[in-house]
Amino acid sequence: MQLEQTQTTSNETVLSIDSLHVEYSTPGSNVRAVRDVSLDVARGETHGIAGESGSGKSTLALAILQYLGDNGSITSGTVQFNGTDLQELSESELRSLRGNDIAHVAQDAKSSLNPSLSVGEQVAETIQAHQDVSRSEAHQQAIEMLREVDIPDPEYNADQYPHELSGGQQQRVLIAMALSCSPELLILDEPTTGLDVTTQSKIVELIQDLKDEYETTIVLITHNLEIIAQITDRVSIMYAGELMEQGDVYSIFDDPSNPYTQGLLAATPEIGSDKAPTAIPGQIPDLTDLDDGCTFADRCAFATEECRTGSIAMETVADDHETRCRRWEAAVEDPIQPKRGTYDRASAGGELLSATGLRKIFDEPSTVGTLFEDTSFERFFDLEPPVKAVNDVDITVRESETVGLVGESGSGKSTLGRTLLSLLEPTEGTVTFRGDDVGEFDSSEMREFYSECQIVFQNPHSSLNPRKTIGQIIERPLRMFTDADAEARTNRVVELLEQVDLGPEYVRRYPHELSGGEKQRVAIARAFAPNPSFIVLDEPVSALDVSVQANILDLLSDLRAEYGTTYLLISHDLSVISAICDRIMIMYLGEIVESGRRDDIFEPPYHPYTRALLSSIPNLDPHKESSPILLEGDVPSMRNTPNGCSFHTRCPQKIGSVCEESCPEVEPTGEGESSEHGIACHLDEDEMSTAIEGLHNDADG
Amino acid sequence: MKITDFHLYLLKRLSYLVLTMFLVSAIVFASTIILPGNAAVLILGRSADENSVAALEKKLGLDQPWYEQYFDWVGGLFTGDAGTSLVRQEPVIDIVVPRLFTSLQLAVFTLLVVMVIGISAGVLSALKRDTIVDRIISGVAYVGVSLPEFVTGTLLILLLAGPVFNVFPASGFVPLSEGIVPYLSHMILPVATLTLLITAYVLRQTRTEIIEVLQSDYVRTARLKGVSRRRVLYKHVLRNGLLPTITVLALNFGWMMGSLVVVEEIFAISGLGRLVVFAIQNRDLPLLQFVVLVIAGAYAFANLGADLLYGYLDPRISYGGEE
Ligand SMILES: Nc1ncnc2c1ncn2[C@@H]1O[C@H](COP(=O)(O)OP(=O)(O)O)[C@@H](O)[C@H]1O
Ligand code: SF4
Ligand code: SF4
Ligand SMILES: [Mg+2]
Repeated sequence: MQLEQTQTTSNETVLSIDSLHVEYSTPGSNVRAVRDVSLDVARGETHGIAGESGSGKSTLALAILQYLGDNGSITSGTVQFNGTDLQELSESELRSLRGNDIAHVAQDAKSSLNPSLSVGEQVAETIQAHQDVSRSEAHQQAIEMLREVDIPDPEYNADQYPHELSGGQQQRVLIAMALSCSPELLILDEPTTGLDVTTQSKIVELIQDLKDEYETTIVLITHNLEIIAQITDRVSIMYAGELMEQGDVYSIFDDPSNPYTQGLLAATPEIGSDKAPTAIPGQIPDLTDLDDGCTFADRCAFATEECRTGSIAMETVADDHETRCRRWEAAVEDPIQPKRGTYDRASAGGELLSATGLRKIFDEPSTVGTLFEDTSFERFFDLEPPVKAVNDVDITVRESETVGLVGESGSGKSTLGRTLLSLLEPTEGTVTFRGDDVGEFDSSEMREFYSECQIVFQNPHSSLNPRKTIGQIIERPLRMFTDADAEARTNRVVELLEQVDLGPEYVRRYPHELSGGEKQRVAIARAFAPNPSFIVLDEPVSALDVSVQANILDLLSDLRAEYGTTYLLISHDLSVISAICDRIMIMYLGEIVESGRRDDIFEPPYHPYTRALLSSIPNLDPHKESSPILLEGDVPSMRNTPNGCSFHTRCPQKIGSVCEESCPEVEPTGEGESSEHGIACHLDEDEMSTAIEGLHNDADG
Repeated sequence: MKITDFHLYLLKRLSYLVLTMFLVSAIVFASTIILPGNAAVLILGRSADENSVAALEKKLGLDQPWYEQYFDWVGGLFTGDAGTSLVRQEPVIDIVVPRLFTSLQLAVFTLLVVMVIGISAGVLSALKRDTIVDRIISGVAYVGVSLPEFVTGTLLILLLAGPVFNVFPASGFVPLSEGIVPYLSHMILPVATLTLLITAYVLRQTRTEIIEVLQSDYVRTARLKGVSRRRVLYKHVLRNGLLPTITVLALNFGWMMGSLVVVEEIFAISGLGRLVVFAIQNRDLPLLQFVVLVIAGAYAFANLGADLLYGYLDPRISYGGEE
C-alpha cells in the first residue's frame, strides 16, 4: 500500500484550481461556500481533501465539474483540466467531459442511484452516453464493469434495482459507473461514509486496486483522516470554505503546521493507544456572514488579536507544504497534543442490571393485529420469517462501569439497549434491576425503574421535540419523575444546562437554533435530569463531526466521574468505544460473540469477527500500514440467520462442518471460569491468538 | 418478484374491495332507511288509505324487519337483481347501466384531458420554475380550482353555447353511434367544466414532484455522468416524477363522481349524477341504493387500479417474498 503512494505520481498536472470562489445564493444572503482555494493534482496522484462537514468539500468537487445547481456559481478563479479552462466549455463539451474524462462518485450512494432503473441500465447509460455502442453491447460492458468492482453475481445483479442491494454494493455500482469510461480523473465524495468498517475497508481496497488498473488520478474527499493517511499522496485540509493546509501526506501527518489540522488529529480517536481524543471547542462559522481575519480564530488556541484582521494568506512551511496561519511557527513549535491517559474512572460496584437468555423477535405472526395494516400483508400471509434481533443474550452491567456494545449496523445493538430498558418487551428471557425481576414490577416500581434508567439517542436532530423550548424539554422528565415544584424545576434545568456547559440563555431557545453538538448536550442533560443510575447511550456521537465528538465523550466521562452513573454505550465505532469503556461486548447478528474488559478485547485471543473488526480500522499514521482482513460478502439478513455459528458464512478461520452445525457457547478464556473474557467460537485459544498466515491482505500481495 | 406473491397481493386487495363494498352497502342501506317519509305513502300519495299502504308495503317487503330487507337486497345483488324502481317500475339495473355508461364516458374523457393538460403543464411549470410561464400556469389553474363547477359550467354555456359564440350545444348527450362530431360537440362543455375543476390538483402534484426529482441526487448523478438533459428528463425525471400523479388521478376520479351530480344537472345529461338527484327527490329507495353502490364501486376500483399500476411501475414496491 505504502509503496504505491508516491510511485505513480508524475510531474504532469491534470487538475489545476486557482483561487476559486464559489457562492450559493439563498433568500436574503449568499453562502460563500468556497473561498480562495488553489490546488494542483498531478497525474497518478491520489489527492485527499479532508475537513469537517460544511467546510465546502462537496461544493469544491461539484465546482470542478461546473455543476453547482440552480443557485450556485463560481464567482472567481479558474479550474483547468489538462490545461483547458473548464469554465470556457460549452454545455455539450461539458457533457462529453463529464463521466468520460472526469467522473464523480457522489456522497450518499443510496440517493445517488435512480430507484426505478436497474443498476445495470444505469451503468450502461454512462457507456452509451460516451461511446458509440449498441444497447446490448453497453449492457454487456456494464456487466463487466460490475464484475470489476466485485459485485458478486454481475449478470443477476445488473437487473436488480438499487434498493435490492446493500449499501456497500450500491457504492460499488457508483464506482463501476464512474470507471466505465476509464476517466482520467475520478472524484470520490465520502465513498465510505455511512458504511460499516468491514465494508469500508473493502471499498478502500477496491479503490486502490482500480486506481492501479485504470491509472486514474483520484481526488478523495472524506472526513475520515485515517483513510486519508492510508491511501493518499497529497492532502488538502479545508475549513469553512478555505484551504487551511496542504502538502504531501507525510508532512501533513508528521508536521501539521496549522492549528486546525493539529486539532483534527488530536480529536481523532486511535485504537490501542492511551490517547484521549481532544475536542476542538466551538463550531464552524456562518458562511453568510464572515468576519475579517482567520475563520478559525474563535476556536483556535493560538489565536491572538493579529489573527482577526485582514485576510490570511497561504504561507510556505516547506517544499510542497503550505499553511494558512499567521502563527504557524508557534503552532509547529508547540503543537496541540491530545490528552494522554484514560479518563477518570470510578471503580465498578455490585451488579446493577442484568439479563439472561434475552431474546427479542420482531414480526411474530399475529394475523389479527396486522389485518388492517395495508403494508404488512407479508406478515398477514406469514410469508417472511421473523427477525431475530436479539438472540439469547446474557449481559451484566455493574454499578458505575461503562460497558461498550459494538457491532455493525443491523446487528441488534439498539434493540438490545431498548429491551434492557423495557422500552421493548422481551420475547423471552428476564431482565433484573438491582436483583429484582423487571417483568414483575407493578406500575409504581416501573415508574421508578424508568426514572432510574434513561436513554440518549443517536440523532439529536430528531430526538428533541422541535416545538418545545430547551427548558421545556429538560423539564419534562423532572415533572414526570420528581415532586419538585415549578421553581425547583426551573433551577434544576439551569443547573443541568450548566453541567453540560450550556448557559442559562439556552432555556428559551428551540432545538433548531442549536448545532448538532449542542443538541446532543441537551439530550444528555435531559437524560441526567431525574438522577438516573443507568443510561443507555445509543450511538451518541455518530451523527457528529470528529471535532465535536471528542467534546461529547469528555462531557460523558466528566458526568460519570461526578455521579458514578453506569453507561451502556452503543456504537459501531470501536475507536469511540475503546476511548471510554471499561468492558466491551461484540455483537453479531443479535448474539454476543465476545465480551471482556477493554484490554481483553484488543489483545489476543480474538474471536475471528473481532479480529476482522480490529484489523479494519485504518491507522492514523501514514507510515504504519493497515492490513485489514477482508470479510466475504455482507452481513446476512436477520430473517435468515445461518445455522450453527452465525458468523460461519463469512468467517476466515472457519473450521468446517462443526461451525455450520453447532452453535458455539460463550466460553471463558485463560484461567477458566473466573475470567471475565468470554468468546463464542469453536477454535481453541491458540488458534484465536496467533497471527494467521495469508489472512491479512498484504500490501504487495 | 414471484407470480404467487403478486397473486396473494391481488387476492388481499380484492378481499379488501369486497369488504369495502360490503360496508358501503350496509351504510347505504342504513341511511336510506333513516331517510324521512314512508316510501309507500310517497308512492300512493297522502290521501291513500291505510289498507292500500299496508298492501303496498307488503308487496315491497317494507313490512319485514330491516335485517331481512337488507339480506334480501344483498342476496338479490348477487343474482343480478337490484330490485325494482318504485317510481319507474322497471328493474333498477336496466335504468342504471346505460346511465353508468354515459357517466363513465364523461369521466374517462375528462380524465384523459386532465392527464394530458395537467401533466404537461405541470412538467413545464417545474422546468420553468419561478419564471413568468410558471406563474401564468399556476394562476390559470388557481382560478379554475377556486370556481365551483356550477359557475364555470354556466359561464361556459353563456360564452360558448349562447349569445356570445354559439359553437357548442348547451345540453344533452349524444351516443357515439350517432356520429363522432355530434358526440364530441356535446361532450366538450361538460368535459371542459370538469377539467377546469380538477386539472389544478394534478398540475400542482406534478409540479412539486418533478421539482423534487430535478433536485434529487440521482438526477445530478445522471447529469454528471454525461447524459444529455433531454435523456435525463425522459429516463430519470419523468418516470419517477409522474408516479405519484397516478394516485392523484385516481383520487380525482372519485371526486369527479361527486361533481357529476352538478355537471350533469347543468348540462342536462342523463347520467348517474342526475339519477341520484332523481332517486332522492322521488324517494326511490331501491334505485338510490344501487346508484350509490355503483358510484362507490367505481371509486374503489379506480383506486385499486391505481395501486396496481403504481406497484407495477415502481420497483421499490414488492409484493413480499425474499428481500
Ligand atoms: N445548494 C446549496 N444552497 C445553499 N447553500 C449550500 C448549498 N449546498 C451547500 N451549501 C452550503 O455550503 C457550505 C459547504 O457545503 P458542502 O460543500 O456540502 O460541505 P462539505 O461537503 O464539506 O460538508 C455549507 O455551509 C452548506 O450549507
Ligand atoms: S491565523 Fe491565528 S486564528 Fe488562524 S489558525 Fe493561525 S493562529 Fe489560529
Ligand atoms: S465457530 Fe467457526 S465459524 Fe464461528 S467464529 Fe469460530 S471458527 Fe469461525
Ligand atoms: Mg460533503
